[in-house]
Amino acid sequence: MAAENPAPMIDLASLDQLWFQVAGTRCNLTCHHCFISCSPKNDSFGFLSLHDVQRRLEESVSHGVREYYFTGGEPFLNPEMTEILIAALQFGPATVLTNATVLKDDWLKRLAQAEQGSRFSLEFRVSIDGFSSETNDPIRGEGTFDRALAGIIKLVEHGFLPIITAARTWPEEEDARVIGEFTAMLRREGYCRPRLKLLPVLQLGAEEQRTCGYRESERITAAMMVDFDRSQLLCHSARVVTDRGVCVCPILIESPDALLGDSLEASKKPFEMRHGACYTCYQYGSICANPSTSATSTTQSRSSH
Amino acid sequence: MAAVTSRIALFGGIYSNYLALEAAIADVRRRGVDEMFCLGDLGAFGPYPDRVFPLLQGNGIACVQGNYDDSVGNALDDCQCGYVDPRDNYFAQISYGYTLANTSDANRGFLRTLPTEIRLEIDDRKLLLCHGSPRRTNEFLWESTTSDHFLEKLFDEANADLVLATHSGIKWQHELPSGRHFVNVGVLGRPENDGSKNVWYTLLEVRTDGSIQVEFVPVEYDCERLAREMAAEGLPDEFQETILTGWWTTCLEILPSKERRGGKF
Repeated sequence: MAAENPAPMIDLASLDQLWFQVAGTRCNLTCHHCFISCSPKNDSFGFLSLHDVQRRLEESVSHGVREYYFTGGEPFLNPEMTEILIAALQFGPATVLTNATVLKDDWLKRLAQAEQGSRFSLEFRVSIDGFSSETNDPIRGEGTFDRALAGIIKLVEHGFLPIITAARTWPEEEDARVIGEFTAMLRREGYCRPRLKLLPVLQLGAEEQRTCGYRESERITAAMMVDFDRSQLLCHSARVVTDRGVCVCPILIESPDALLGDSLEASKKPFEMRHGACYTCYQYGSICANPSTSATSTTQSRSSH
Repeated sequence: MAAVTSRIALFGGIYSNYLALEAAIADVRRRGVDEMFCLGDLGAFGPYPDRVFPLLQGNGIACVQGNYDDSVGNALDDCQCGYVDPRDNYFAQISYGYTLANTSDANRGFLRTLPTEIRLEIDDRKLLLCHGSPRRTNEFLWESTTSDHFLEKLFDEANADLVLATHSGIKWQHELPSGRHFVNVGVLGRPENDGSKNVWYTLLEVRTDGSIQVEFVPVEYDCERLAREMAAEGLPDEFQETILTGWWTTCLEILPSKERRGGKF
C-alpha cells in the first residue's frame, strides 16, 4: 500500500465478542481453503489450556464481553475442550466452531448437562463445503462429508441444534434450490429443523495457493468507509485470544500486525484494515458472528457514541 | 426527567395487533396504574396498521420509536429488524411492504416524532425505556446470549438502574449482581413461540423501599378475528398460523439455540 494512500483505521467500539484460538492451527483435516492453513502437523499456533482460558474469561468480565467463541483448527482436538466450554458457560454464551468429525458421546452428554444448568446457550457451528460429498470432499478430504453429517446427527441426538456453516460453492441465485435440497436431506437423516449459515470463500492461506488470492485493488480505501456501517466488521466489536497473545480477528492471526498485545486492555487499539480479508469482510459483513447477534445498525444507532 | 408514581404498564412491540392492544389497555384500566408506555414497533406483521394509533394517542400512551417505526416513518427500504437469513428476510419484507403501504401519512409523521428512549425517575431509581438495547434500537438482547457483565456495561454507559426493552419478542427479566434490573417486557403483537395463543405485557412496581416488582401479564384477545383480517389483507398463511397456534413459523434463524428449542419449528 502506497504511503500516500494508507488503509483506513478501525477502532474497537466495544469488546462484545471474545474469540479463542483454542486448538491453535492443529486440525485433523487439511482443507484446501483453510484461511490459516490448519492441518494435523501445523503447530505454528498451539492449544490454549483450560487455565489460559479461565484466566481470559475472568479478564473479560471487566470489559463487558457479551459472548465467547471457540475456534481452531479443530477445537475438539484440544484434550480440555469439554472442560473449557463448561467453564465458559459460567460466564456467558459459548459457541464452538467444529468440523464435527471427532465428537464423542460422553463429551456431548456432559456438555448438554452443562448447558441445561446454565442460563446461556451453547452453540455448535459445523463447517462443511457445499451440501454434498461432491462439493465437500475434494476440499476437505475423502469421506469427510459423511463424517460431518454423522457428527451433526450425533449433536441432534444429544439435544443440540447445530448451525451448519457452509461456504457457498454455488452461484448465489441458486440458493433456494441448493438450500432446499440440503435441508430436505437433513430432515430425512433426523435433523428436523436445520439451521444454516452461509459464508463467502476467503482467499487466504491454503485457498490463496489454490486460487489467485486477492488482487491489489481488493482492499478497503478511506473513501469506502464513508457512511459505512462499521458494526458489520468483526474487528469493530471482537478480539481473539491465541497462545501468542491477543489478535485483531480470527482470520488474520498469521499476519504479524494482527497481534495487538498480551492483554485484552492492550488489544483495544485501532487496527489498519490493509488486508485482502478485510475487503471480504467489508463486502459480506458479519461473517463470523452468530445470526442471533449479527444485526446491522439502524439509522438511530448510538453504538458509535 | 418525568416524575411519575410507582406503578406503570409497559407494552412491547404491537405489530399492528390492535385487538391485543385494546384488550391490554382494558386490563390495565381494571388494575389501575399510573401510566402506560409502549416500547416501539407499532406496526408490522398484522393487519390495518393505522388502527393502533388512535388507541395509543387516545389513552395517552407515550411511545418509544422502534426500528419499524423509524423505517415506516421515513419510508426506508426495509424494516431494520436485523435478520440475516434469506427466508427470514423474505417474510420480513412482505410484512414491511404491507405496513408501509397501509400506514397513513399522518401516522407516519407521528412515528417520526417518537423519541428513541424515555427516561423516568421513580423513588431515586433511574429507568431507561428503549426498544432493543440502550445503545442500539435493533439489538437483540436474548436471555441466553446476554452475559451479566455485558449488561452491567450497558447499564453503566446508559446511567440506568432499570432498563426496559422489547424487540426480541420473548419476555425475560434478570437482576444483576449490582442490584440493577433488566426487563424484556415481551410483545403484544404475536404469541411467544411456546404454543400458547396469548400475548404479554409487563406491570412494573417500584416500591417505596426501592425494591422492584415485575409481573408479566398474559393477554387473551380475539386471535381468530385477527387471523381472518390478516387473510383478508393477503398477509401470509405463515403469519396467521403463528397467531392461531402460538408457534413462530418465521423469523426463526435469529433465535439462539435455547430460545429456538422452546419452539416447535
